[in-house]
Amino acid sequence: MTLAIDARGLRKRFGRTEVLAGLDLAVPSGTVFALLGPNGAGKTTTINILTTLIRPDAGSARVAGYDVVEQGDDVKRRISLTGQAAAVDEVLTATENVVMMGRLSGLSRREAHSRAAALLERFELTDAAGRRVGTYSGGMRRRLDLALSLVVPVSVLFLDEPTTGLDTRSRKELWSVIRSLADDGTTVFLTTQYLEEADRLADRIAVLDRGRVAAEGTAGELKARIGGDVVELRDADGLLLVELPTDGTVHGLRAAIDELDRLPVASAPGGVVSIRRPSLDDVFLAITDRAAAPAPELIESK
Amino acid sequence: MTATALAPARPRLGALTAESTFIARSMRHSLRDVEALLMSVMLPVMLMLMFTWIFGNAIDPSGGYVDYVVPGIILLCAGFGASSTAVSVSRDMTTGIIDRFRTMPLRSGAVLTGHVVASLVRNLFATAVVIAVGLLVGFRPSAGPLEWLGAFGVVALYILAITYLFAAIGLAASTPEAAVGYGFILLFLPYVSSAFVPVETMPEWLQPIAEYQPITPVIEAIRALLMDQPVGDNVLWAVVWCVAIVAVSVVWGAWLFRRKAGRR
Repeated sequence: MTLAIDARGLRKRFGRTEVLAGLDLAVPSGTVFALLGPNGAGKTTTINILTTLIRPDAGSARVAGYDVVEQGDDVKRRISLTGQAAAVDEVLTATENVVMMGRLSGLSRREAHSRAAALLERFELTDAAGRRVGTYSGGMRRRLDLALSLVVPVSVLFLDEPTTGLDTRSRKELWSVIRSLADDGTTVFLTTQYLEEADRLADRIAVLDRGRVAAEGTAGELKARIGGDVVELRDADGLLLVELPTDGTVHGLRAAIDELDRLPVASAPGGVVSIRRPSLDDVFLAITDRAAAPAPELIESK
Repeated sequence: MTATALAPARPRLGALTAESTFIARSMRHSLRDVEALLMSVMLPVMLMLMFTWIFGNAIDPSGGYVDYVVPGIILLCAGFGASSTAVSVSRDMTTGIIDRFRTMPLRSGAVLTGHVVASLVRNLFATAVVIAVGLLVGFRPSAGPLEWLGAFGVVALYILAITYLFAAIGLAASTPEAAVGYGFILLFLPYVSSAFVPVETMPEWLQPIAEYQPITPVIEAIRALLMDQPVGDNVLWAVVWCVAIVAVSVVWGAWLFRRKAGRR
């Protein structure tokens, strides 16, 4: 297995805040890897170190086989970054933006123009190709932003919260684009606060908590970590009354239902019992488990 | 475990590809910001008319003030134009685009070069307009072609120097608004020089400052060349100052670019 990203013991401190406290990451080539965490967990700092924008205080990282500190230019020749703020030139048109990136990536003028036409077609921006980007909607800007990262093929594509601020439709569109890139063999490293996004897109997920990887694995492995199914009891209005984890066996299920019986709320009129698979939300809460942890739903809606 | 790259690496760029791409970008920015472009020409022209028609008679009732003041207006005009560079650079820094450039294998000065060259072109155009208006309102230079060329060279060098300085200030400023503020301070320098009144007429304590600040030799050099007066060592000092400012700004700018880019 070759590693597209191999980070060991990354530390970074800003003033008195330790943002990364010994981060280890191993991302196999050709996979989609999601770094999941709430605001302030250190996701962007991690991306900034891996894309050579800032230096780690300690630890080392290799991206596409090159050291991010010692061989920054070699790394830069093999990656592209779509950051949180849309990195597009608002005064230029979409075509001019793509052509500029193409020229800066070593394409000839002719190649850059034909690449621009193809990319804008793929991202459904052809109709707006001649318009200044300043007039674009958030979703269009995001799509152009991603297009700019794909002007030339890269080994590792970094996406920092690619769908933050997008409506559901644009988000789903972007997901399918990211998936198809991964199918072409590009390693995609993305950060997200959305559990669903990590679940849908990523081959492997690392949960970042207080500057460290708190857990890592496939979505399935992470869910398995907190056991099997969850038995839940809701009242007539659908309000969740009780959640009981079970191990997924008949015996475990019976034990859970027996326990429900003993609870006074179980006799509430119109109560409904159901069984569900644990969600990544459950995993997230179980792993990060902080007294003052904001609920994932709250993080998402932010 | 060794990592291998799947995709071919980006090819190394030709000698000045990045620079010419960024110059084209900044030129488009200049041309599309019609209001700023208009202001960069209108403001110096208005200043010029103000100094010749309103202050001119009070300062020199014989009417010869226009010959004295045009070189000063040219420098003031260069300063205005250059200060807008600080804003453009600062704006680049506060949007995400600078991070995209910084994650590409580009020379760190290339983006700045784009801004500086576009500003130089914009400024030389404004300067030409100012000189044309000056000629209309009675500016009568007595320079030959060689002196014109020399004056043009000094003006261009000065614009380059102050533009590069403003580009670096744009990097240092935390917001585009702050960049405007810093620009204002520097725009006062021409007033404390021989641009509008001879240094001898200033209070004694101010004279050394006015005498030895960089703008005075630049002004005197342009004035001497255009009015066909003895140049003395003014051209030499003007060149020395400008080259020094460019050198400091280039080094400072490159350092700032590496250090500060990406703050948000």
